[in-house]
Amino acid sequence: MVNFISELMIPLLVLFIVIYAIIKKINVYDAFVEGSTESFQMILTIFPCILAMIFAINIFLESGLLTGVLELIRPVLSMLKVPVEIIPMALMRPISGNATLAILNNLLSDFGPDSLIGRIGSVIQGSTETTFYVLTLYFGSVGIKKIRHAMWTGLTVDLIGIISSIIIVLLFFGP
Amino acid sequence: MVNKIWSTFIIIGIVFTLLTGQVQLINKIILESAKASFELTMQIFPVIALWLGIMNIASVSGLLKKISIIISPYLGKLFPGIPRGHEALSLIASNIVINMFGLGNAATPFGLKAMKSLQELNDKKDTASNSMVTFLIINTSGVTIIPTTVISMRMMYGSAHPTEIVLACIIATLISSVCGIIIDYLIRKKEGKRG
Repeated sequence: MVNFISELMIPLLVLFIVIYAIIKKINVYDAFVEGSTESFQMILTIFPCILAMIFAINIFLESGLLTGVLELIRPVLSMLKVPVEIIPMALMRPISGNATLAILNNLLSDFGPDSLIGRIGSVIQGSTETTFYVLTLYFGSVGIKKIRHAMWTGLTVDLIGIISSIIIVLLFFGP
Repeated sequence: MVNKIWSTFIIIGIVFTLLTGQVQLINKIILESAKASFELTMQIFPVIALWLGIMNIASVSGLLKKISIIISPYLGKLFPGIPRGHEALSLIASNIVINMFGLGNAATPFGLKAMKSLQELNDKKDTASNSMVTFLIINTSGVTIIPTTVISMRMMYGSAHPTEIVLACIIATLISSVCGIIIDYLIRKKEGKRG
């Protein structure tokens, strides 16, 4: 049912926009082509930013430093009753969307989607965004260099989102 | 800030890989990054081209402006820097609403267009305006009603109730979005009124 609503969203939106324009006697075809032409300029601006981001993030992720950090904080987490398996995903969440999805995929196949870990992973994925990607892409597309407090507020919000996800799942489905 | 994070990632990453003796690995990663980013850009390119076209129809027909006027009294409170009835507001609203339905790909072009529109209102072109920061904080907090990706992944792995996590997602994202808006508001107040 929920998926059905989501699937209806785009066709209805397109239909509405086109019908509204026709009522207003707009040449819809010309407007479409004119708007779409802008995409080339946008992509040219975005590409270097995405390249810079992926370059740095891949070097950082593949170095294995995060795995090392995880081993160090493992004892603290098990004291707090947080399933340790969820932490790599939490650390990765703001940095890389692909890496997070890969980890979630493993969690769901190893522990099952209806396990505590599977549920926590699902909620983290469903309630947070890849902050680094969004900031690089959006600010990069208009050439903003000084992003003020956007980065650390974004990261704080991710942390709040992840902690809330864990607490809420423990409250809803916890033992 | 981006500058510092970027260099930190690269320096720490390379030094750590060298220390742990993974020279071949780091070579491979450095060279493959360019290809990976090209592929990612090419994935979003057609989506952006398509939606910028559709969006322009809505813009030329005056629909975006009309929506902006309707939502100004509500959403305008979060974005005092945007004049009433300005297109930016309806682009922001579209981005947030489409994101809520879990259609991240279709939402991105609206967000990029919103940024372009906000940049026109921005008087310091290299510095983010208040509205931009607020918008991106809401965006990165991941406002969701229907997390489509997760639901389909849970179905794939044979969950008995793939959608049982929806309510938890909504509550979690609501908490983080509200916290984000409050943090942003407090910082803005502290900095004084700018832009």
